Amino acid sequence: MKMKKTLLTTLALAFAFSLAACGNNNNNSNSGSSSSPSASPSASASASAPAETVSGSVIAVGSSAMQGLAQAVADDFMAQDAYKDVSVTVQAGGSGTGLSQVSDGQADIGNSDIFAEEKLEADKAAELVDHKIAVVAMAAVTHKDVGVDNLTKQQLVDIFTGKITNWKDVGGADQKIVIVNRPSSSGTRATFEKFALGTTTEDLQGSIQEDSSGTVKKLVNETPGAIGYLALSYLDDSIVALKYEGVEPTTENVATNAYPVWAYEHMYTKGEPTPAAKAYIDYVMSDEIQNGFVIEEGFVPVSAMKVERDAAGNVTNK
Amino acid sequence: MNLPAPNSREDLATKPNKFRKHVMEELRGKAFVYFCVLLLVITIFSIVYFIASRGLTPFLSQGVSIKDMLFGLKWKPEGNPPLFGALPFLFGSFATSILAAVIAAPLGFCAAVFMTEIMPKFGKSALQPAIELLAGIPSVVYGFVGLSVVVPFYRDTFPGQGIGIMAGATVLSIMILPTVTTIATDALRSLPNGLKEGSYALGATRWQTIYRMILPTALPSLLTGVVLGIARAFGEALAVQMVIGNAPHIPHSLFESATTLTSIITQSMGNTTSGSLHNNALWSLALILLLMTFLFVFIVRVLERRVKR
Repeated sequence: MKMKKTLLTTLALAFAFSLAACGNNNNNSNSGSSSSPSASPSASASASAPAETVSGSVIAVGSSAMQGLAQAVADDFMAQDAYKDVSVTVQAGGSGTGLSQVSDGQADIGNSDIFAEEKLEADKAAELVDHKIAVVAMAAVTHKDVGVDNLTKQQLVDIFTGKITNWKDVGGADQKIVIVNRPSSSGTRATFEKFALGTTTEDLQGSIQEDSSGTVKKLVNETPGAIGYLALSYLDDSIVALKYEGVEPTTENVATNAYPVWAYEHMYTKGEPTPAAKAYIDYVMSDEIQNGFVIEEGFVPVSAMKVERDAAGNVTNK
Repeated sequence: MNLPAPNSREDLATKPNKFRKHVMEELRGKAFVYFCVLLLVITIFSIVYFIASRGLTPFLSQGVSIKDMLFGLKWKPEGNPPLFGALPFLFGSFATSILAAVIAAPLGFCAAVFMTEIMPKFGKSALQPAIELLAGIPSVVYGFVGLSVVVPFYRDTFPGQGIGIMAGATVLSIMILPTVTTIATDALRSLPNGLKEGSYALGATRWQTIYRMILPTALPSLLTGVVLGIARAFGEALAVQMVIGNAPHIPHSLFESATTLTSIITQSMGNTTSGSLHNNALWSLALILLLMTFLFVFIVRVLERRVKR
């Protein structure tokens, strides 16, 4: 009997200890630089020195569309001498996850394809600070054999709402239209519906919904009569990128808003970022990265944009 | 097992060191086992509690009725008013997993019969490892193979886009084949030899013995394998999601875009914010999934009881 009691106590203690350990870890990653015990000696040592070293860990969670860029920049960032004490972890999981985790304080940075106001409740969104790091543009794409290279807004709406079901009705081949859409909760779909269609659409009977751009591209490439939409970085010869109202989806046209189907990529922080997170975001915003990785990954640098757009969709010239 | 108390007291007098060592061993072993079990129980209960607490919120405080969710045909979580009809998902999940079992069961049974009755040596050394290898292939690989091979094949052979319940069921049937086969093989191997010998002695041929004696006797165990296979197919998300098309409608044919409970959850969970009605509704779907799995486990238990009888 007594033995059992001691056993239980030991177990409880062990459990409590492991929980406490977890808690500690969380604290470290949340508060970033200063509280990490291994970093504090070096911080106090270099306090007198003019060049302050940043240390700590940054967790960035969210949009899978931004994952590639955020990870590439994070690797480069951590390779810099000045930031070698900072560790940046980038996780995909979707814009919604990114926004809720940064809002709950589980992540330092929430990556999102859409404005926080569109997903979170107003009071929660107000706590977040927006850092627009790049612009992503999307083009409607079709299978090679549909014989169409331009669609008007109305034609796109008719296709995605199921009013037009054959390509011959928009001047193409006699081929049934197959819609390769995104899930209704996707940020990419929200952008496309808002700026290309101007209306939300339902998932139609027989339409395909895929979350991953790679799968969408593969299906559009292989399925006769398929139409979908992809970020500019995914465009190549295997599919046909459509003009929108006669405007080609190019970086120049996006910069002037002549081609309106684009959105910001956001990095949200709760309040002002921790020093480590700030260093990372500043690094992402630096000219070197904006004109390097951002363009390489198929995004448009924010600095190249000649217009600005707010959460409500109002466009102003810069 | 445990030494009776007087004996150990004697030991204490004669070999105190050895006794202490044994006590410590006993204690450590016990503590380790208790700790693991405790952790396991806590984990299981917290998972169930977590899913239930999230999944019941739409019904309890957000005004969604259980009936609408189970029998509604329209899934429009972002609509106005939002609609949460999950029947297309339930239909898709059941259709794909049962169809997968229908494809996999004969294959698995035949493989098991082959490995136990017809060519035990070759079966054990070559066929069984090959089939068990299938269990080790990651589901994303299955999904990709499905998307690259199965879907184009169906697209070219049947009317439609190739994507749909049939493609999902095909991929799933290969995924559950190891489960069905392994359990069937074990069941057939564990049959008493006398049964077979008696049948042969009565002049039955090998086929008659297999068909009339072995399969009926082992049937409950074989069904256990099939139900476990269905449970696995029911819970599989990624591979199915890649080939089924994910349209939230009940399809008109096996080759038209459909969806399952798991694929709608994986597709939308990351894109919704926690606490929103849409997100909670997805947790409700997860709860339905969990309850279905409990049901499958229950069926397996019932079947096992029949085996013992």
